[in-house]
Amino acid sequence: MISIEQLTKVYGHGAHATVVLDRLDFRVDAGEIFAVVGPSGAGKSTLAQCVNLLERPTSGSVLVNGENLSQLGERQLRAARRRIGTIFQSDGLYSRRTAAQNVALPLEYLGVTSAEANRRVAELLDRVGLSDRAGHYPHQLSGGQRQRVGIARALALRPLVLLSDEATSGLDPESTASIVSLLKELRNDLDLSILFITHEMDTVLQVADAVARLDKGHIVESGRIVDLLRDPASALGRALRPARPHAAPQQGETHWFLSYTSAVVPADWVLRLASELDTPVSVLGASIETVAGQTVGHASIGVRAVDPARLVAAAHQLGLDARPVFDRPDAAVPAISVDAAIPTAESSPALERVA
Amino acid sequence: MSAPLSSLATGIPTALPISNNVPIPEIPALVFPALLDTLIMVGIVMVIVVLLGVPLGALVHNLAPGGLFENPALHQTISWIVSIGRSLPFLILMASIVPFTRFITGTNIGIAAAVVPMAIAGIAFFTRIVENSLRAVPHTLVRVARASGASPLQIIRTAQLSEALPAIIGGLTINTIAMIEYSAIAGTIGAGGIGYVAVTYGYQRFDNTVMLATIIILVATVASVQLLGDRLVRLATPHARDRQARRAKAMPVPA
Repeated sequence: MISIEQLTKVYGHGAHATVVLDRLDFRVDAGEIFAVVGPSGAGKSTLAQCVNLLERPTSGSVLVNGENLSQLGERQLRAARRRIGTIFQSDGLYSRRTAAQNVALPLEYLGVTSAEANRRVAELLDRVGLSDRAGHYPHQLSGGQRQRVGIARALALRPLVLLSDEATSGLDPESTASIVSLLKELRNDLDLSILFITHEMDTVLQVADAVARLDKGHIVESGRIVDLLRDPASALGRALRPARPHAAPQQGETHWFLSYTSAVVPADWVLRLASELDTPVSVLGASIETVAGQTVGHASIGVRAVDPARLVAAAHQLGLDARPVFDRPDAAVPAISVDAAIPTAESSPALERVA
Repeated sequence: MSAPLSSLATGIPTALPISNNVPIPEIPALVFPALLDTLIMVGIVMVIVVLLGVPLGALVHNLAPGGLFENPALHQTISWIVSIGRSLPFLILMASIVPFTRFITGTNIGIAAAVVPMAIAGIAFFTRIVENSLRAVPHTLVRVARASGASPLQIIRTAQLSEALPAIIGGLTINTIAMIEYSAIAGTIGAGGIGYVAVTYGYQRFDNTVMLATIIILVATVASVQLLGDRLVRLATPHARDRQARRAKAMPVPA
C-alpha cells in the first residue's frame, strides 16, 4: 500500500517559485491499480520522481505500508527506493546489456551473488514471458518486449509498489494491451499496489481501478473508474469515454443522452423505455461495455414529442440518467453547460427549455 | 646514426651534397627504433591519459548542472583549468612547463621529459572527450539506475561509462592519433622517436628519402590505430556487431 499525503513540490525560491505539485493526497491499496492522468506540464513526471524518491518533496510525505520514506537520509533513501519498482518509458534499457543483464541490474547494485541473481533473473524473465529472449540486446527486441524486460527489472527486488511512468506511451495498441494485461496479472498474483501515470485516457480505462486527474499541480477530480463512468456530471468520466460520433436525430425528434447509473440496467431497456413512454425510441449511437466486471454504458437517443419529466422518470426506473441534448451543428456529444445546469436529473430547471 | 655524422665531420665535399643523406639500406635501422620510441612514448602517455582522463571527465560531467554531484563553482573551476590546457598550442605548452617537467622527471630532454607535457595536453583533451561522450547517454538511464538503488559510483560505472564506452573508444582513437602528432613536436626537444628523425634528418638536412620514409611510417601507424579503434568501437556496440555478423554470414541474427 502506498499513500501520498499533502505532497507538495516547489521549484525555485521567492518570487520565482513555481508550485509544481500542490498538496496531493491519494492512496493506492494493495492489489489496486491507480491511474494518474493529465496533460503535459500537469506535474505527472514530478509526481513520478517524488514517488520513486528521486526527488525530495518540498513538503508532505510518501508512505509505503505506513512508513514515511520521503524524509530519509541519502543512504537510507537508496535502500528505500528498492521497495518501489519503477517501469520507465520503453527507452529505459541499457543498450550494451542483454535482456537478462538488464533485469539483473538492481540485483547487481544490491550485491546479490551471481548464482542467486541468475536464478532470480530466469524466474523474472519467465514471469514476463521472455525466457527465450534472455540473451537478446534491446535493439533486437520489439517495443513491447523491451517494456516487458523493464517490468521484470522493476520486479527484481520484490517491491510492494510498482510505479509505471508513461510505461505504455509510444507503444502500438497491441503492445499496450499486452503490457496492460501483464500488469493486471502481476497485480493479482503479487498483490502489488500499482501507480500508473499516463497521458493516455484509453489506457486508463483498460488498466485502472481508480483514477485521478492532475492539472496544474492539483488533483481536480478522482474516483473509481466505474463510479466516474456512471456519473453523468463527471468531467473525468466524460473524458474517459471515447468520443464517438453518432447519427443526428430525425426531424421532430428530441435528442437525449442516457448514461447507465446503476449496475442493474436491463439489457432490453430500449424496448422497455419505448413501451413505457408509448413512443418509438431511435438509438442514434451507443456504447455498452464491461469495465472491471461492471456494465457501464452511454447512449444517444431520439424520441418523438414526449413529456421530458416522464422520460427522465422512466429512464430513472431503468437505472438510466437522461439528459436532453441541444443540438448545435458542430456538437455531437452533450454540451458541458447541460451537465453543469443539471445537478440531479429529477429536479431540473433546464428541462423546461426542451418542452 | 654515427655514419651520417662522421661523414659530416670530415668536411670534404666528396661527391655531391646528396652524400649527406642516409643510404637507403640504413633507413630501416634509423626509422624502426625511432618508431618503437614513439610507440613507447605514446603508450605511456595514453595509459596516464586514460587513468586520469576518465575519472576527470566523469567528475566534470557530474559536477555540471543536472549531474550527480551538482556543484557549479567546482565545475567552473575544473572546466577552466581543462580549457587552459586545451587552448595552448602544444609547442607553447611544452616550453612553458619546462620547470615543472624538470621538477617531475629531473630532465628536460628525452622521452621522460616529453611524456609530461604530452600527458597534460592529452588529459585535458581526453577529459573533454569523456565528458562529451557521457553527455550523449540518455538521462533516463541515470534515473533507472538511481531508482534501482545504485550508489553514485555504480551509476557512473554502469549507467554512464559503460553506456558511453563506444563513444569513449572512438574518442580515445582520436586522442591517440593526436598524441602521435604531439610526439613529433616533442621530437624537437630531443624526445627521440619518429618525429625527431623527421625533423632532424628530413627537415633540417633536406634528406627527402628519410622524410618520405617517416611520412609513410606515420601514415601507416595512424591508419592502423584508426582501424584498430574502429574495430573496437564496433565490438563494443551490440547493434554494430550484429550488422557485421549479418554481413559476414549473410543470414539473420541467430535467436
